[in-house]
Amino acid sequence: MTAGLVDQTITPPAPARRRRRLTLPVVLLGIAALLVLVSLVRMVTGADDITSSGTIGAALRLAVPIGLAGLGGLWSERAGVVNIGLEGQLILGTWFGAWGAFEYGAWWGALAGIVGGALGGLIHAVATVTFGVDHIVSGVAVNILGAGATRFLSALVFVDTPGGGVTQSPTLPPIDTFTLPGSGALRTLEGKGWFLVSDLAGVLGGLVTQVSLLTVVAIALVPISYVLLWRTKFGLRLRACGEAPSAAESLGVNVYRMKYLAVIVSGGFAGLGGAFLAEVATSIYREGQTNGRGYIGLAAMIFGNWRPGGLAAGAGIFGYTDSLQLRSGGESVHALLLLLAVVLAGIGVWSLVRRRRLIGISTLGVAALVLVWFLLTDTVPDEFVGFAPHLTTLLVLSLAAQRLRPPAADGRPYRRGGD
Amino acid sequence: MKRVDWQRTVLVLAAPTLAVVVAVLLSSIVLVVSGNSPLRTFESMLDFGIDPDSVIQILNKSTTYYLSALAVAIGFRMNLFNIGVDGQYRIAAFFAAVVGGWLALPGPLLIVVVILVAVAVGAFWAGIAAVLKVTRGVSEVISTIMLNVIGAGIVAYLIDPSRLGVLIGSQQVSTEPMPESAYLPGIPLGEGEVFGFILIALACGIGYWLLLGRTRFGFDLKATGLSETAAVASGVDVKRMILRAMLLSGGVAGLVGLPLLLGESHSYGQDFPAGFGFAGIAIALLGRNHPVGIAIGALLWSFLEQSSQILDLEGVPKEIVTIMQGITVLSVVIAYELVRRFSLAQQQRRVGAELRAAARSDEGAVP
Amino acid sequence: MASAPTAEQPAASVGAPAVELRGITKRFPGVVANSDVDIVVRAGTVHAIVGENGAGKSTLMKILYGMQKPDEGSIAVNGRPAAFSSPADAIAAGIGMVHQHFMLADNLTVLENVVLGAEPGTLGRLDARAAGRRIREISDAYGLGVQPDRLVEELGVGDRQRIEILKVLYRGARILILDEPTAVLVPQEVDELFANLRELKAEGITVLFISHKLDEVLAVADEITVIRRGTTVATVRPDEVTARRLAELMVGGELPSPETRESTVRERVVLTVEALTVRSPDGRAVLDDVTLGIRAGEVLGIAGVEGNGQAELVEAIMGLRPAAAGRIVLADRDLTALDTRERREAGIGFIPEDRQRQGLLLEASLWENRILGHQTRPPNVSGPWINRDGARADTERIVREYDVRTPSIDVLASALSGGNQQKLIVGREMSGDPVLLLAAHPTRGVDVGAQAAIWDALRTARAEGLAVLLISADLDELIGLSDTIQVILRGRLVADADPRSVTPEELGSAMTGAGLAAGPAGRANPAGPANPAGPEAPDPAAPGGRGPTGTTGTGPPTSDRTAARPGEGEA
Repeated sequence: MTAGLVDQTITPPAPARRRRRLTLPVVLLGIAALLVLVSLVRMVTGADDITSSGTIGAALRLAVPIGLAGLGGLWSERAGVVNIGLEGQLILGTWFGAWGAFEYGAWWGALAGIVGGALGGLIHAVATVTFGVDHIVSGVAVNILGAGATRFLSALVFVDTPGGGVTQSPTLPPIDTFTLPGSGALRTLEGKGWFLVSDLAGVLGGLVTQVSLLTVVAIALVPISYVLLWRTKFGLRLRACGEAPSAAESLGVNVYRMKYLAVIVSGGFAGLGGAFLAEVATSIYREGQTNGRGYIGLAAMIFGNWRPGGLAAGAGIFGYTDSLQLRSGGESVHALLLLLAVVLAGIGVWSLVRRRRLIGISTLGVAALVLVWFLLTDTVPDEFVGFAPHLTTLLVLSLAAQRLRPPAADGRPYRRGGD
Repeated sequence: MKRVDWQRTVLVLAAPTLAVVVAVLLSSIVLVVSGNSPLRTFESMLDFGIDPDSVIQILNKSTTYYLSALAVAIGFRMNLFNIGVDGQYRIAAFFAAVVGGWLALPGPLLIVVVILVAVAVGAFWAGIAAVLKVTRGVSEVISTIMLNVIGAGIVAYLIDPSRLGVLIGSQQVSTEPMPESAYLPGIPLGEGEVFGFILIALACGIGYWLLLGRTRFGFDLKATGLSETAAVASGVDVKRMILRAMLLSGGVAGLVGLPLLLGESHSYGQDFPAGFGFAGIAIALLGRNHPVGIAIGALLWSFLEQSSQILDLEGVPKEIVTIMQGITVLSVVIAYELVRRFSLAQQQRRVGAELRAAARSDEGAVP
Repeated sequence: MASAPTAEQPAASVGAPAVELRGITKRFPGVVANSDVDIVVRAGTVHAIVGENGAGKSTLMKILYGMQKPDEGSIAVNGRPAAFSSPADAIAAGIGMVHQHFMLADNLTVLENVVLGAEPGTLGRLDARAAGRRIREISDAYGLGVQPDRLVEELGVGDRQRIEILKVLYRGARILILDEPTAVLVPQEVDELFANLRELKAEGITVLFISHKLDEVLAVADEITVIRRGTTVATVRPDEVTARRLAELMVGGELPSPETRESTVRERVVLTVEALTVRSPDGRAVLDDVTLGIRAGEVLGIAGVEGNGQAELVEAIMGLRPAAAGRIVLADRDLTALDTRERREAGIGFIPEDRQRQGLLLEASLWENRILGHQTRPPNVSGPWINRDGARADTERIVREYDVRTPSIDVLASALSGGNQQKLIVGREMSGDPVLLLAAHPTRGVDVGAQAAIWDALRTARAEGLAVLLISADLDELIGLSDTIQVILRGRLVADADPRSVTPEELGSAMTGAGLAAGPAGRANPAGPANPAGPEAPDPAAPGGRGPTGTTGTGPPTSDRTAARPGEGEA
């Protein structure tokens, strides 16, 4: 039975010996290499926006809901419950966040969003943990319910408000932002257009200009999740529920309670992400604004191999592609085609070196196609930019399959007293 | 043997009945809390719903929903979650409409071509997800959803009048309308007409039942869904099954837009309705992947939607219906699980009782 | 006011029982697992609980460990009444359980697995360093050799068992329950375990030892309780009883014997495996250049410690695992390029090791399960259609002929007991008129009655010319049923054995690589008449060598039937 999100008969989990822990120097080296590559692409194509502080700032803003949804997925799956309902919980978060912000103020909105998402998580928990419903079926049901509920609630609450209606809320009060000193200097540096230095300035500038306080909270949740899950007793017990629930139960861990907690927390994370989306990224609740970001968050979690660090990186990538559509980035996406072609070519060559001929050749083939597309066009149409994040998700998932290692009991319904 | 069947029938019906009761109860609570009268709401819905005009609308909607749910159910039977029916039907209907408006063929032949194109495009779009799953292990849950958005983007790009679309009037953008000879005739019912495509939908239902219940392919598909490891040991090529099942599911999904396309709109416009795919998922869950169950579910779903229209006039937010739909889906999946466990425990009890009886009669014989 | 200090340790006096179970009864839907069980375990002893599969031993231990609640009866630990509602309560009372199927999380480290639920540290923090220290302490004290920072996934069976033991010791258990601990161990490792147990006993720890291996129990236990059909039958001391008597108490009558007498081996070769090599994903050869042959009417038994390639051998022949090199030939058809379905159609039957995962659709009816594995052949199909009537009729026949106890063929497979499920599978696989049967642990987890029935079915089919590849961890079954035995070690066939004269001990030695020693035939076979101390010496093992295909150890056929000439059909 396809229990979790990775069918382990088709892609068996990576053997333990193969995993190489990514140490900090390696990660930094990788980031530096990436920056150099992007900078080169910018110089070649002249698309200055790909590393501008505006883009990076938007990328950060859009990475947060994806990352929070992914964190939610991580908490839930580490306890063994697949939470497809993240999209629905995200939607609930957007609505409750908007409502809370509109009625009581921005921070109350965040809190309301968390509660709204957690409620969605509670429903999922009841269905999967207590009643043993298939995790994905329950998640799909939660998504349907979430979409329906927000519609109904909007009809009740937003209809008589200025600018509001069944499908959207009125404009929301903003959350305070801050800007670090030195941002102005970074701006000037960015404007010079110098190789690598300006790009670095742009990236740093985007990260420190007009950053919402809620963003800081959200980013902090990544290391906090790591500490909680890997360095505390509670975290060990929760992870044991996802790896070997019978073992945990035999040692006195209340597996049901852990799963409940994990899934509710998961919903809460998604809810916060939704509130962030409504309040910070867009300043309004609109039906359909989540646009699949819950699922993209799950993809970020898979990309991160169910660890917070990798998840954050994945969210960053997806957030970046997401930001391009906000800034009418036809030109930027076009420039990134070159980057994509180069990266794919690199992966293709690496696969060939490691004797994976089929993957190597097909990746090189796709790289060639992308390069041709880049050369034959000037820009990418808006409609395509719109689904850039989704296409990136597909690409990333397709390439990442080999080294995945989901929690061993992920997605399997668990009954007390045995498997 | 007869006793088993009777008990089984009761159990099979118990779950959806339980679910509907729970859904009605919970929705009533929601109504009361939001200041409306449940009784009046349900009453007016019922009155409006059985009005002859409504019945025609309900049947027409059901045709679409039935096909959508069938497509989803094919996947569900194999534990594949084809959440991409929404994208598949839209991209399929789009290309089918383009071909329909463009080819100059006699009417009935054109209809056949349109149907074939829709099936092919739908199957292809689902096939992408299938290939990714089979070769790279990408979860079809995520990939089909991503493909939904990508498909919608491609359609939005191509429907522009400078490419494959045309401008109708001054504002409407759609594909070239199909000639009148390619209008699928409706079936008269009372004062109005029901989509002729309903016959094709019924044929699909029969085909589904035959294929999944009576053929070797269907057995392999069910076996893979019940236990992939056992199916593999029995000789099933799982990767090939996944491909076939997803292609079949996508092909049927391609048909979802056709009742509307061939029977009413005759072109694919920017306002071509979306969301049939998600309703299909809910209805497949309601109908437990059974062709008759899905039919009843489709009718129920359409009834709820149709009768919700009257609620605006009564001052009740018609979105209560979406809540009812959501609650129904959730209660149904829970109810099914409960009934399944109960039925299993009961079977074990019965087997144990029979074995004890046999052992007792045995003991008499052994010295 | 004088307050009696609460004693953590059991009273040192010999009379105080560590565990007292009185009148324990437990019912499940369809079966009474335990009925009025009475056991008294004295402190500081090794107390064995024996019974056949399905007798109720595991359920009893689950009750003692708090994983189940008894419907009736009482439990007393160290003289005090106890009512456990979860393992946490049992752990608090000083009881620790080492499960038969290890309860370890592969993806976590040894340390994480050991301290789970009892982690040291303040304010919720997990103090890994303190945990590591304590683990090393205990490991050194009892000679367990455990390294806290390794991933459990990398460890072998013996190590894993020692981690399980350390787990319970870490929690201060004074009463240990070991559930079938030797099921996965080789004779030498069993000796190591028993040495550990004696050491624990010397420290005052009480050990409850569940097993159905009577010779081991006699070797290590101080007292033995026999359970049959869910109730206690007798409590004896090892010096009062023989293995034979124990076995009879366990089963309540004559024990079935798997022994086969006449050779029915024909000359026609049915299966040839040449130089088969199978590799694991990281390149290791799990099967290394294996060559064997099986003739019609011959049972080839493969003896080996689990994990030495037997499972992969069966899967490779079935087509479930790709071969990196080598050929598989059935009669005169080269199967190497064919997929599983085609191999089945060519006439291979398969009784899988894990019947619930590979052999059955648990949530489908019996007649649908009859079709499984045979969905391209009559009577189940006609053309592309499933022939329901044909399949149903044939299922009825199988139920009759193989004595599958079920009220009807519409019942779900999961409602049947393990033994009946297995009988159904055996009947199904035999019904395809196979020429080769792959039987992996065919009577594992199956009650004695079903075991006898399955052995009968195998013997009958063998007499009719069926070639059988038999994998089993039950050495008595292997020796009793096989015409030829080969030993597999680290993916290679390293030795042959003559089932007529080899003993389980000698076989066990060969399985660990000590080689078969020519020597006197072994001890009494507890399951039946003693193996003849035959004058013929068993074939000397050439360690690392390979037996020639199929001709070793069959001896002169003493068949009632005239040996069939190649190609001659069965009557």
